[in-house]
Amino acid sequence: MKILTRMGDGSNVELTRDELRAEFVQGSEAAAAKAKIPALDENEVDWLVDCFAAPTRVWGVERGHEVVMTKDGCVNALNSSRMSSGVVAPVNREVGVRLFESMLGFDSMEVSHNDYSVKPQRFLKALEQLHMELLQETTIFPLLYGFMPNLGLYYRPDGSFENPSDLLQKGDIAGARRTQEEALEACLGDCIEMSDCMVEMGADGIDYDTVASTGDAEFLAVLRCTEHVAKETGLPVEIGMAAEMVLGFHGELEYDGVRLAGLWPHEQLKLCEKAGAAIFGPVVNTNTKKTAPWNLGRALTFIKKCTEIAEIPVHANVGMGVGGVPMFETPAVDAVTRASAAMIEIGRCDGL
Amino acid sequence: MRIGEAKKYVADKLHVSPLDLSDPTLMRQLREELDIGTVTGVPGVAKGIAAKVRIAELLDIEINCVNQFLKKTGLQRGAPAPAD
Repeated sequence: MKILTRMGDGSNVELTRDELRAEFVQGSEAAAAKAKIPALDENEVDWLVDCFAAPTRVWGVERGHEVVMTKDGCVNALNSSRMSSGVVAPVNREVGVRLFESMLGFDSMEVSHNDYSVKPQRFLKALEQLHMELLQETTIFPLLYGFMPNLGLYYRPDGSFENPSDLLQKGDIAGARRTQEEALEACLGDCIEMSDCMVEMGADGIDYDTVASTGDAEFLAVLRCTEHVAKETGLPVEIGMAAEMVLGFHGELEYDGVRLAGLWPHEQLKLCEKAGAAIFGPVVNTNTKKTAPWNLGRALTFIKKCTEIAEIPVHANVGMGVGGVPMFETPAVDAVTRASAAMIEIGRCDGL
Repeated sequence: MRIGEAKKYVADKLHVSPLDLSDPTLMRQLREELDIGTVTGVPGVAKGIAAKVRIAELLDIEINCVNQFLKKTGLQRGAPAPAD
């Protein structure tokens, strides 16, 4: 008998029960080999096979195992374009946040601008402060202020710093490293400014999203910013990553004596804890050419290692193209609910 | 605080079990009784910052927006309500 499941791009695929099991095992072993961590055990694979073999459209966690949700991208899913799976609803941020609280049942929300990087948000500082201040008066759930550090915007042609990609093509490795070191200081300054200004607006925390999207220099800027915010303001900080491995675009940067290039989720977690983060959001990217079970087995192996050693809550990213969810702008509910439940029951996440 | 510990902390403060926290029937009644806000619109029930002031008291936790609100209004946490 064939079991209907999905590929990493969301398309349908049929597998036998043995093939389904093999996909989970191979995905898990791929992660285990990369990060030198344990693969999923037999009982965990059994749970996953039963979950995916069930013909029901949706899946869920056992009663009492529910976790909390944090959010990134503010209300982009409501009023943005397909880039954010948005439905371009004529809804402003204030209305959108209220809808996420009362109608969509979110446990917390991130307030941010549609243009989600810290560099453009810095120019809208007063507006950002006002919306946080006003929303705190009308909502009950915790509101974090958030943005992407997005170091890439600091390089030419978008920014003023020399682009390391251009320099690397010329073989100027020292120059490429220097420009990253200079740009990360500017990014750090903006991150600190936009975090500190939210304290008196009543923000309940700060969310840095898609961290290390441009590699180790961006990760360093965020770790240093987190250290500042945690020590100087006391605000809780959530660090949500961009990928499962920190790219070594610089290659020599360190935090607390640890080289940042090439770090896997459980190693990223430990540095985030050292910096003073309150929540860690690991990311495992989806391979569209592999099956959803392969991707989920791989993602769970990384995440489980994080939750085993974490001292702070771990909120795994489980959305379009991450956390075992297919890369498609409207991911199928059968795949999303199974990945979400597995992240809690097998991955032991504190939240999503 | 990891999720298990956090659930136990809140449940103990509310005198319910951790399982009860995700029971919408039970929690709806309890939230109305405690006057800490409800999902649907109920006239007279605490909303927004008023609900959060009560939650901070009930759970004995610091909430930044509550502290900022009390600072702005000159009110103090735990102070008795003004006489009618």
